[in-house]
Amino acid sequence: MAELNTGGDGGGKGGKVRSKKMNPAVDLTAMVDLAFLLITFFMLTTTLSKPQSMPLAMPDKDPKKDTPEDVLKIDESRLMTILIGKDNTLLWYVGKFGEYIVEPEQAEFGKDGIRQILLKQIARANAITAREGKPDEGLIVNIKASDKANYKNLVDILDEMAITHPQLYAIGDITDPEVELLQEKGLY
Amino acid sequence: MAKVKVSKKSTRIDMTAMCDVAFLLLSFFIMSATAKQPEPHPVDTPNSTVIEKLPPEVAVITVGDGQAYFNIPGKEVRIETLKRISSEYNVAFTEEEYEAFGNLQGFGVPLNQLKGLLAMEASERNSDNIQKGIPFDTVNNQLGSWVKQAREANRAILDEKIASGEEVEEYKDLDIAIKGDAEEDYPTVKRVIDILQEQKKNRFFLVTGLRNEDF
Repeated sequence: MAELNTGGDGGGKGGKVRSKKMNPAVDLTAMVDLAFLLITFFMLTTTLSKPQSMPLAMPDKDPKKDTPEDVLKIDESRLMTILIGKDNTLLWYVGKFGEYIVEPEQAEFGKDGIRQILLKQIARANAITAREGKPDEGLIVNIKASDKANYKNLVDILDEMAITHPQLYAIGDITDPEVELLQEKGLY
Repeated sequence: MAKVKVSKKSTRIDMTAMCDVAFLLLSFFIMSATAKQPEPHPVDTPNSTVIEKLPPEVAVITVGDGQAYFNIPGKEVRIETLKRISSEYNVAFTEEEYEAFGNLQGFGVPLNQLKGLLAMEASERNSDNIQKGIPFDTVNNQLGSWVKQAREANRAILDEKIASGEEVEEYKDLDIAIKGDAEEDYPTVKRVIDILQEQKKNRFFLVTGLRNEDF
């Protein structure tokens, strides 16, 4: 305990000079104050976690060719398109626009929404490719964000890609008919 | 009559353990934390599950409230970039201004206001309403020029180092990261991505926070 010796322990009998016993405990209150002050200072002036990063590779863009459709031929049954609308809404379909294999359907962000759909579609695409004898290939996801989407939606979808691992994914530009489709569903 | 004695207890508490804890916490914070860099425009980044650290030497484009800010890593590269920008836009800078720009951590002003920013005290630069963002529309694409010149400057510095026989850690193109605000509109971010793609910079980083998979 941090207390001082009062020295009233019946000393001085017989005229003997006794060395005073010093209490070794020091009052640490001030030191604790100082330590907490420093902790507060460091907590306020530093960032604890280094920011994480998400590497993103965009497809090469050649300004002379603006129709990638005729360059790249992919099996439409494995092509899934995700449209991002306003207020964190999603619309997805499989196949070509207008010639759907799975009709456009609305979905939610998160593990119970788009993730389950993605996992299902990946499994379906893998079954198709396995049947065709191309086990290396799988689902191809095309992400198209509308002008009403925000940056968080994009990162969320890219994050779903990182979790579910489709064979390929890319960020594409949304087309006018697709915007009209979003408008029809009230998501734009 | 017997007096009831009230035993006098000391009001002092043993501070030793508390002191130990406080200093333990203090050492933990000092060791694990990195100093916060002053930013002209702090943004709230979205979270992702991808666990990958940002490379140490990375140029960061900060996008928030429809404005773009740019941070070039390394003093040498910064000065070399400004030299190239100065010849591209025919704006002359003094030796002091080069020095001030070399120490500037991130900026967001159009080129015609850069001199004014460099003349300011370092503490004043990050106050509100001083830095309004680098123009990055199709007509006046200064951000694109900055990115392009920074990449070229970075390569020139690396070449110089190799020529003088210095050790170079890795010979690579300058990495670019986009640090966007979570609530930023997609078209703004898309425009920044387009600027990078216009100069065939197809691989870049998105700065994110961390979260687990249950979202």
